[in-house]
Amino acid sequence: MSAAGQDTAVPRLAPGVKFRFDEVRQAWVLLAPERLFLPDEQAVEILKLVDGARSVAAIVADLAERFEAPPELIAGDVGAMLQDLAGKGAIRL
Amino acid sequence: MSTAHPRAAGAPEPPLAVLLEVTHRCPLQCPYCSNPLALERASAELETADWQRVIDQAAALGALQVHFSGGEPMSRKDLVPLVRHATQRQLYTNLITSAVLLDEVRLGELKDAGLEHVQISFQDTQAQGADHIAGLAGAHQRKLEAARLVKAAGLALTLNFVIHRHNAERAAAMVALGAALGAGRIEMAHTQYYGWGLRNRDALLPSRAQLDAVTAVVEAARTEHQGRLVIDYVVPDYYAHRPKACMSGWGRRFMNISPSGRALPCHAAETLPGMDFPSVREHSLQDIWYESPAFQRFRGTQWMPDPCRSCERRELDWGGCRCQAFALTGDAARTDPACALSADHPLMAAAVRAAAGPPPPFAYRRYSEASAR
Repeated sequence: MSAAGQDTAVPRLAPGVKFRFDEVRQAWVLLAPERLFLPDEQAVEILKLVDGARSVAAIVADLAERFEAPPELIAGDVGAMLQDLAGKGAIRL
Repeated sequence: MSTAHPRAAGAPEPPLAVLLEVTHRCPLQCPYCSNPLALERASAELETADWQRVIDQAAALGALQVHFSGGEPMSRKDLVPLVRHATQRQLYTNLITSAVLLDEVRLGELKDAGLEHVQISFQDTQAQGADHIAGLAGAHQRKLEAARLVKAAGLALTLNFVIHRHNAERAAAMVALGAALGAGRIEMAHTQYYGWGLRNRDALLPSRAQLDAVTAVVEAARTEHQGRLVIDYVVPDYYAHRPKACMSGWGRRFMNISPSGRALPCHAAETLPGMDFPSVREHSLQDIWYESPAFQRFRGTQWMPDPCRSCERRELDWGGCRCQAFALTGDAARTDPACALSADHPLMAAAVRAAAGPPPPFAYRRYSEASAR
């Protein structure tokens, strides 16, 4: 498994995992086999960019530009969040 | 457009998941089945249109996942259209199956209908022991073939093992089988002793040494397979000091619909006396979740006796399991005897002692053994 710190890694949702907006809760939800996650706002912005095509570097660059934040800071947040969800089996890196 | 129901302050959150026990019919006869002793006949089951209405209401209520379970859900001829209906309502669909009726054609139909995930029950890792538990010759081999079909179809796969004194020694082999079959998730769930499991407790309850060995296997396997294989582990209550948060609390996260349409906070709730569980034939899921006395009876902490009422863990374990409290003490409103703070806690050690001898034969889960209703 490659580390999220590797900029070229392309994260994708694990098999059977879906990310969608729930109208009832007015919130994004991450659905997995018999489990689910209710990601916070920051995680939602990252997950919206996990499409199996963008690299970690591309995700960081996108967020850094849109939120006008230092890329190093964003990279740390993105890496920690992706590693956390990878450890829970929801994301593959 | 939101379909949200305006909720009063302090009202419960919507359920996360709804489990549809679409039938109690099953080719297997596992002696720890989570179905009630009073099995429902095919003639009592809801019609297709009823289940479709339940699915519509579950989605509108805010459920995110629907579990198609049983019995064997593939015993229902309308399973594929029901899965399609749930998919169209954006519900995440799980099939919880013995897999002995699952072939390539039906799996293809289910996948086309939008099925996301298949959980296959395995009774052991060795065919002879597995088929003995299932009460069906050849079952284990069919499950292995079905698991390979699920993987080949690109669907997410979970293996479910119910653990007891007859298979605890194969815990490491269970993990290895899951990894070899390409499962993304394994449930290593010790038998829960309600209904059929309670009736067969002396035949199933593992020793403390067996439990500790399984726990050690699970902990090591979680490290070894982290990020590739999720292992959900459920321990038996009989060696615990604190109760489990049964169903994450009564009426907090989960709703179960029985084959005939009774809405329940858990699989075993119909064992509780004096409860009037509402039928989906007469009430909407919305009304059942927010308004019915049955779903409010043990919701939250107001119902609690001491020592739960003043316990700092009262919103962690929600007082444990109501069905276990009733089954072991005769009072559903008592603290779960699994808790060491319960005056009834010695019942657990007494049950362990009673199960220490040679195991009696199984009372298999079958209609002829079922109690009348």
